Amino acid sequence: MKKIEAIIKPFKLDEVKEALSEIGIQGMTVSEVKGFGRQKGHKETYRGAEYAIEFVPKIKIEVVVSNALADRAIQAIVSKAKTGTIGDGKIFVTDLSQAVRIRTGESGDSAL
Amino acid sequence: MRNHRMLFGLTGVLLLLAVFALIPGLGSAQETVPPSTAGAAGAPSEAPQAPPPPPKVDTGDTAWVLTSSALVLAMTAPGLVLFYGGMVRRKNALGTMMHSFIILCLISVQWVLYGYSMAFGPDKGHIVGGLEWVGLHGVGLDPNTDYGATVPHQAFMIFQLMFAVITPALIVGAFAERIKFSAFLVFTLLWATFIYDPLAHWVWGVGGWLRNLGALDFAGGTVVHISSGVSGLACALYLGKRLGYGREVMAPHNIPLTLTGASLLWFGWFGFNAGSAVASGALATSAFVVTNTATAAAALAWMFAEWGYRGKPTVLGAASGAVAGLVAITPASGFVGPMSSIIIGIGAGVFCYFAAVVLKGKLGYDDSLDAFGVHGIGGTWGAIATGLFASKAINPGGNDGLFFGNPAQMIPQLVAVAASWILALVGTFIILKVVDIIMGLRVTEDEERVGLDLSQHNENGYVL
Repeated sequence: MKKIEAIIKPFKLDEVKEALSEIGIQGMTVSEVKGFGRQKGHKETYRGAEYAIEFVPKIKIEVVVSNALADRAIQAIVSKAKTGTIGDGKIFVTDLSQAVRIRTGESGDSAL
Repeated sequence: MRNHRMLFGLTGVLLLLAVFALIPGLGSAQETVPPSTAGAAGAPSEAPQAPPPPPKVDTGDTAWVLTSSALVLAMTAPGLVLFYGGMVRRKNALGTMMHSFIILCLISVQWVLYGYSMAFGPDKGHIVGGLEWVGLHGVGLDPNTDYGATVPHQAFMIFQLMFAVITPALIVGAFAERIKFSAFLVFTLLWATFIYDPLAHWVWGVGGWLRNLGALDFAGGTVVHISSGVSGLACALYLGKRLGYGREVMAPHNIPLTLTGASLLWFGWFGFNAGSAVASGALATSAFVVTNTATAAAALAWMFAEWGYRGKPTVLGAASGAVAGLVAITPASGFVGPMSSIIIGIGAGVFCYFAAVVLKGKLGYDDSLDAFGVHGIGGTWGAIATGLFASKAINPGGNDGLFFGNPAQMIPQLVAVAASWILALVGTFIILKVVDIIMGLRVTEDEERVGLDLSQHNENGYVL
């Protein structure tokens, strides 16, 4: 099993979600997050007081998939979340040792 | 504990005053008839000569003054509540909204007990009104010809009450996010008593020395805006900067609230300015028109000044500009025509923008929400502009200004500005010092970091 964490632009969430559903992924967790990478932040001005807002709002998607699906899932996210401009985000993939469905007690791939 | 005792003391003083006011108040209920009989009894030989009947109440004028009173109330709550409440950080939203709301309650009682008497009561040495009208003793439902010949005296009183309420509420912007609630209450009561009430008497009270001097102030440029704005400067200087000022992000937590508040201020200001005619008719209409025109021009001026100077037109800037325009047209609203009001509005937008953005940065004081930059500077500009643009063609009861052939009008205007500045600056410093010694003005560092909502009120503005 692999855990895929993708940090994407907020307005890309719907497209990415649909693409992941199409390849058979049945669940995901989404959070509103803030952070910065090469995009850096932006400047806000209130009555002349300028503030550098370094942490930019992003969406973090977490999905856990079987090893067989991992590459296709990554591909789907990349193709849908990409705009080509700086700040499109990143994908982090980790090996996952266990998953359990709480209701039935199923574990491993069948819990996904 | 010390604070609690202070507060109980304050409540006690208010209660005592209420009891004190009740005694003559009881009398006044019976005395509404006697003045005429007393006069007749004193001179039985002149019995056929009936005393002049009380001036007749005009229903149209009364309807407008009462409506205007409610409009001016809306300027404080919800107008200022939202305008200032949206501009602070999230952790201080409730604390800041509470300031304006509680001032409405505190001054409503103070004014009826003794504030109105000190401001408009029988003149004492051209400085202050006497205590003859304490507890509204003798302030009845017949018109008082000095202040409003066609409306019940109490209608004029309640209209003026709303002005007495909003003035200290404007100062809130200067000490926002760092004042202790108990100290704020005591400060507000002392400020209303020793600064607002006498200053209102100077300018508007019969016998007041600035009124006698011929200073023109239609709706309160000196009394309301210079006094609150300059007192705000004193507060900002005395209290010092907020923790982290200039280093931490202190962006407004909800500009939509601020814009809603600014719009409600604009709405309510028609009562403030057009209502100050204390009659429904030509003068009120003229004041209404110039108020709207100057406000719109000022919002545009601030927006374009900011666009040119900083590259982007901001929403907060447009809202601030509108308020600056309202402030500046206030003293002039009953004396100037529409074209003059556009110039007054443009001046307000540009001057207040540079005061809030450039001057504040250069001088380094932390006027949290620009009470001084908008009301102090806007009020000063408005008072001077009244001397420039006033015209008898608009209001025969006023005077011509510099641009209408009467440069001498500038003298009483400048004297009124200087007198208001000095009273506000010196008086506020003294009051701040006294309150600071007695109970301490500022919250502790920990309380300031946590925010006023939690530290002063045990509440949270937003639970979601």
